[in-house]
Amino acid sequence: MMGTEVVDAEIALTVNGAERRIPTGWTLADILASLGLDPRVVVIEHNGIILRDRAAFASLPLAEDDTLEIVHFVGGG
Amino acid sequence: MASDLAVLPSLATLTDPQPFVIAGREFRSRLMVGTGKYASNAQMIEAIDASGAEIVTVAVRRVDLDRSKADAILHYLDTDHFFLLANTAGCYTASEAVRYARLARAAGFNEWVKLEVIGDQQTLLPDTVGLLQATKTLVDEGFKVMAYTNDDLITALKLEDEGAVAVMPLASPIGSGLGMLNPYAIRTIKQRLSVPVIVDAGVGTASDACIVMEQGVDGILMNTGIAAAQDPVRMAAAMKSAVEAGRHAYLAGRMARREVAVPSSPTAGMIGS
Repeated sequence: MMGTEVVDAEIALTVNGAERRIPTGWTLADILASLGLDPRVVVIEHNGIILRDRAAFASLPLAEDDTLEIVHFVGGG
Repeated sequence: MASDLAVLPSLATLTDPQPFVIAGREFRSRLMVGTGKYASNAQMIEAIDASGAEIVTVAVRRVDLDRSKADAILHYLDTDHFFLLANTAGCYTASEAVRYARLARAAGFNEWVKLEVIGDQQTLLPDTVGLLQATKTLVDEGFKVMAYTNDDLITALKLEDEGAVAVMPLASPIGSGLGMLNPYAIRTIKQRLSVPVIVDAGVGTASDACIVMEQGVDGILMNTGIAAAQDPVRMAAAMKSAVEAGRHAYLAGRMARREVAVPSSPTAGMIGS
C-alpha cells in the first residue's frame, strides 16, 4: 500500500475504559448522540482534561487513540 | 383560654437563634441526606422530601454505556429545590479525590464538594494525610470544601486552617449504623472550631441523630440510616424530628447529671408528719 492514500473509515478510541470504534470525523456531540446520552447531565474528560465549556464541547473533534471519560451524578452519601 | 395554645412552643414553631450557615450561605435544614442505596428513585425522592433536607449528596461515576438509557440522578432531583453536594466517595488518594471534585464542579451546579479520601477498605476510615493535601489543593482552586474526617481534634483543626468551610467528623464508620462512638471527641471538635461541624456517617436511628445534635454540632449528614430502614420514608421523617429535637434540647440546656436521686415532689406536707 506504499504511496497510496488510505483514509480509514473508522478510528478507535477508549471510552470509559473500553475500546470503541467510531466513524472518522465524528465530534463529541456525535458520540454522545450515538450513546443516547443527554449532554446536559454528563461531564466529559478528554485525554485527561475536563471539558468545562459546555457550549464548545459538542463540536470537539475526536482522534485515533483519544481517551474519553464520561461521568454523571449517581446516588451516593 | 384556647387561643393561648397557639403560642405554646413546639418543634414546628420554635425558632433557632442561630441560622445554619456554611461559607456565608444559609440553609433551611440542619439535616443533610445522601441519595444512595434506595430501592427506587421514587422512594429516594419521597424520603428526601420527608427529611426536609436541602443539601443532598451525590456521587460521580462513569456512565454505564451498556445500558440503553443512562440513569442519571439529575433526571429525578429538582435542582431548583435541592442543593447538590457532590462527594468524592470511593477515592483512596488525594489526587483521585481532586480529580473527582473537578469533574463534579464541571457539571456546573456549584463549587462545593464533600471531600472524602478513604484510607482503608474495611472501615472506610479517612486517610487524614491525603485529606489535608486534597483540601489544600481544592481550596486553592476556589472549592468550598466540606471535609469528611474522623473524630480527631487535631485533624479537624488542621482542616479548618487549610480553609475547609465545614468539618465533618464521623459518628462511627460509614454505613455501620453504630451511632456516636465518642461524644467527648465530637463535643471537643465543636467547641474548638469556628467553622460549622457537621457529623457525617454512622447514625443508625432517630435517637442517634438526637444525641449527636445534643452535643451542639451544627448539623448531620446521613444516608444509610434512612435508606436501609425497613420504611425509609418514615425513618426520614423521624430523623427530621430527631435532628430538630436534639437541636432544641441543646439550645434549651440539659439539667445537670447527679449520682443521687432528688425528689420531684415536695418532701414537706406529708400526711401524718
